[in-house]
Amino acid sequence: MGRQLLIDNINQTGIHTLEGYRTYGGYQALEKALRMKPEDIVAEVQKSGLRGRGGAGFPTGMKWSFIAKPPGVPRHLVCNADESEPGTFKDRYLMQRKPHLLIEGMIISSFALGANLSYIYIRGEMMAQFHILQNAIDEAYAAGLLGKNILNSGFDLDLHVHCGAGAYICGEETALIESLEGKRGNPRIKPPFPAVSGVWDRPTVVNNVETIAAVVPVINISGEEYAKIGIGKSTGTKLISACGHINKPGVYEIELGVPVEEFIYSENYCGGIKDGRKLKAVVAGGSSVPILPAELILKTAKGEPRLMSYESLGDGGFATGTMLGSGGFIVMDESTSVVKNLFNFTRFYHHESCGQCSPCREGTGWMEKILRKILDGRGTIADIDLLWDIQGKIEGKTICPLGEAAAWPVAAAIRHFRPEFEEYVKNPQNIKDVKHYYRLNNLQEA
Amino acid sequence: MPEFSTEAQELVQRIIKRYPEGKQKSAILPVLHIAQAEFQGWLSVPVMDYVASLLKILPIEVYEVASFYSMFNLKPVGKCVIEVCRTGPCWLMGAEDVVHHIEKKLGVKEGETTKDGMFTLKTVECLAACGSAPMMQVGETYHENLSLEKVDSILNEYKTNTKEHISHWDKKHIKK
Amino acid sequence: MAKVTIDGHTIEVPTGTTILEAARMIGGPIVPPAMCYYSKLKTTGGYCRTCIVKVSKGSEKDPRPMPKPVASCRTTVMDGMEVQNITSPDLLEARAGVVEFLLLNHPLDCPICDQAGECHLQDLGYENGKSKTRYEFDRREFEPIEIGDKIKLHMKRCIHCFRCVKLAEQLTPERFQGMLNRGDHSEISTYIKHAIDNEFSGNMIDVCPVGALTDKTFRFKSRVWFVNPEDAHRNCSKCAGKARIWLKGEEVLRVTARKDKYGEAIDWICNECRFDKKKTSDWVIEKPTHIDRHSVISMNHYESLKDLKQDVDKQQKQLVNKKVNLGQGALNPNNSI
Repeated sequence: MGRQLLIDNINQTGIHTLEGYRTYGGYQALEKALRMKPEDIVAEVQKSGLRGRGGAGFPTGMKWSFIAKPPGVPRHLVCNADESEPGTFKDRYLMQRKPHLLIEGMIISSFALGANLSYIYIRGEMMAQFHILQNAIDEAYAAGLLGKNILNSGFDLDLHVHCGAGAYICGEETALIESLEGKRGNPRIKPPFPAVSGVWDRPTVVNNVETIAAVVPVINISGEEYAKIGIGKSTGTKLISACGHINKPGVYEIELGVPVEEFIYSENYCGGIKDGRKLKAVVAGGSSVPILPAELILKTAKGEPRLMSYESLGDGGFATGTMLGSGGFIVMDESTSVVKNLFNFTRFYHHESCGQCSPCREGTGWMEKILRKILDGRGTIADIDLLWDIQGKIEGKTICPLGEAAAWPVAAAIRHFRPEFEEYVKNPQNIKDVKHYYRLNNLQEA
Repeated sequence: MPEFSTEAQELVQRIIKRYPEGKQKSAILPVLHIAQAEFQGWLSVPVMDYVASLLKILPIEVYEVASFYSMFNLKPVGKCVIEVCRTGPCWLMGAEDVVHHIEKKLGVKEGETTKDGMFTLKTVECLAACGSAPMMQVGETYHENLSLEKVDSILNEYKTNTKEHISHWDKKHIKK
Repeated sequence: MAKVTIDGHTIEVPTGTTILEAARMIGGPIVPPAMCYYSKLKTTGGYCRTCIVKVSKGSEKDPRPMPKPVASCRTTVMDGMEVQNITSPDLLEARAGVVEFLLLNHPLDCPICDQAGECHLQDLGYENGKSKTRYEFDRREFEPIEIGDKIKLHMKRCIHCFRCVKLAEQLTPERFQGMLNRGDHSEISTYIKHAIDNEFSGNMIDVCPVGALTDKTFRFKSRVWFVNPEDAHRNCSKCAGKARIWLKGEEVLRVTARKDKYGEAIDWICNECRFDKKKTSDWVIEKPTHIDRHSVISMNHYESLKDLKQDVDKQQKQLVNKKVNLGQGALNPNNSI
């Protein structure tokens, strides 16, 4: 096991309280940060090599450096806690157990950005964590960690938690901003980028929960030390939420660079495939990223061991590689039907399309209908080709990345598992015999 | 026009203050959650018009928002809305079995409400609890690592103990 | 000022001009089609994706091409930018995809739609689409609804351009209709039965690119190509009174705003002019309307449109081979935004 910078002490009783969090060193980074200059904090984050943990992996320090600073205009930091990418559940876990880590990160980051009013946008379904955060914020206000003149530094910050109401698209930063403004979660057309014109047309930075939380250890141990962890441009630790057909699903903090094989099979992590079955495929970074068959997730096309890092998972491009994404690691055993899994994902994107732009609004539903047809045994080879063509016509043509998120899984499933699609089309009578998913307690037909 | 309880009205005013002056529209999502908690778990037109008046915005702005987000019910629901996650990882772990089992047990199809008005069964997309799949949500509570037996006992518990509508924004957080 | 080259035509335009507006200044077949952008309404555009273009060179400073096609209506030009529209086969294929998406759930009920003949979706499909659909499933259905006694909403024909919503926001005292629901279930609606009735509400008929919002006073009276449009005016206390009246013999079958060559209203007109002034004596007729767009109305026959299409194809081919520098002379001040 590598170093734990985020989920260390997470199982200690009382760590969700201010007192408990402080017992384990909480808010020391804040005290240190408030003695620094804001630009030095930004520099420290830049040095750390920390990259956005929400999925895109954009360097956080660089994102911060883009924020416009027109005189007299307030700036805002908004934490993206709209964790909705299927397979991803790390942020909920972190907020549930260590809400003060996020709050400490928010205060430091707001100070660095010169924001005096910041928000945590949490998805509406996480109402329990919404109230946990609210309680933690109340505690922080009472202790002088929020409000006016924080710890006599002269820095003022109001921090609020804001809840969504069920819309995956609000995880896209401009949709999140629209939603925070009380509107439908329709992504904005960029430019302008939030760093110039975000919430209420003011310069805004939106960062994922884990990214903000990681700022705390960056300050604690210094950017330079943080950058020593990991491999290449994948610095630091990353929370991976592992799920699917594995023995030990859960949230793991890894030092970036752990071999995928070790991650899947080691007792320190996933503990191998459930019931001793064989590994069939992995969706390594949340449902949007390309699915890879066992041989390509364990080793790159060049035959090198694949590592849990931005670069290694991306090795080979989409032809043979995938993405680290949000760290939602979905493992499928040999019994899984990739076609049915794809139908499930496609239905998800259809359900979550905001409807604003035509390719996504119309294309996601179309792909779902074709997959339904194939599953019902009425598909043709031409349908498989049509799916391929449609995904290509959605990808890159939409306002926001939901288009890609919907297109990539389709492309990857066909790319790597076309024979399985063809089997559905050619021998539909066999479909009933395919074991689609792991049945509960191995029960008989429900 | 319907009206919130005094506690809810005070809470709404506190929430509005979290946003800059003139930006009270931002409070619409939390306020609609509170509205569902106050009015039997769903948003009728008078309730939405009331929210519009509280936030000083046009009624259509509330309809637009309420119809966009999947947690808002625009039709009456049962006292206890069961939301079973159906997405990828939960499906891999048997979410379909959970849904079928509940459908059979309650005698309703997905999206329907039992005749006694006790349960509404919904399927929802990923609730970020994939590591403890399959799972379902009732109000703010996540029920995880479900087995069919566990589902049975959860349903029995709700059937026995549910006296009033359970909403996502739990009433205990309004009364406080 | 910024210099931009679109399909080989170079033009210098004021900083902040969008690629689409720059293309309109150049004019001709290189102008991307636009279904949701409306130069007279703020914050329109970006949704339909028909106006996408390929930016093969970002700018003089940063010559990297843009990784994805961009919506030309919402992307401003940079100095030295090079854009490909009809000279990029990939882009035309991508646009054909967008057209297919837009038509996917469209009922194609043109034979009973009053918009036929002046429908932008018809033009778009004809000029940029494919002859066959690959969609085999049931199309979305919505019941037509009355928005007041003068306007009918056929939601199933809507392409979600948002123009009527923006118009209601920017031109009328209170907005009653909006986009409801989500994804492919989303619809323009008032949610509760609500007549939209204010002095300028009729303009939503003019901004609607398809037959989703139509004039009930003209309903089923005539196909537009059998009606003679005339530019006319009257003294009106509410609007400029400059309109286009559509005559059949002596009868005014309908009144609309005058439109420019991109189908956009030149002046908004009030509901009184539009719905209540249906006698020739109400109007001072100026001249027959010159319709310079290659529409069915001016062509009378689809055959002629086909000729024009061939002509456009020919021009496109020429353009690929020849770079024409129109320079600053092509700047039309009326078209600046």
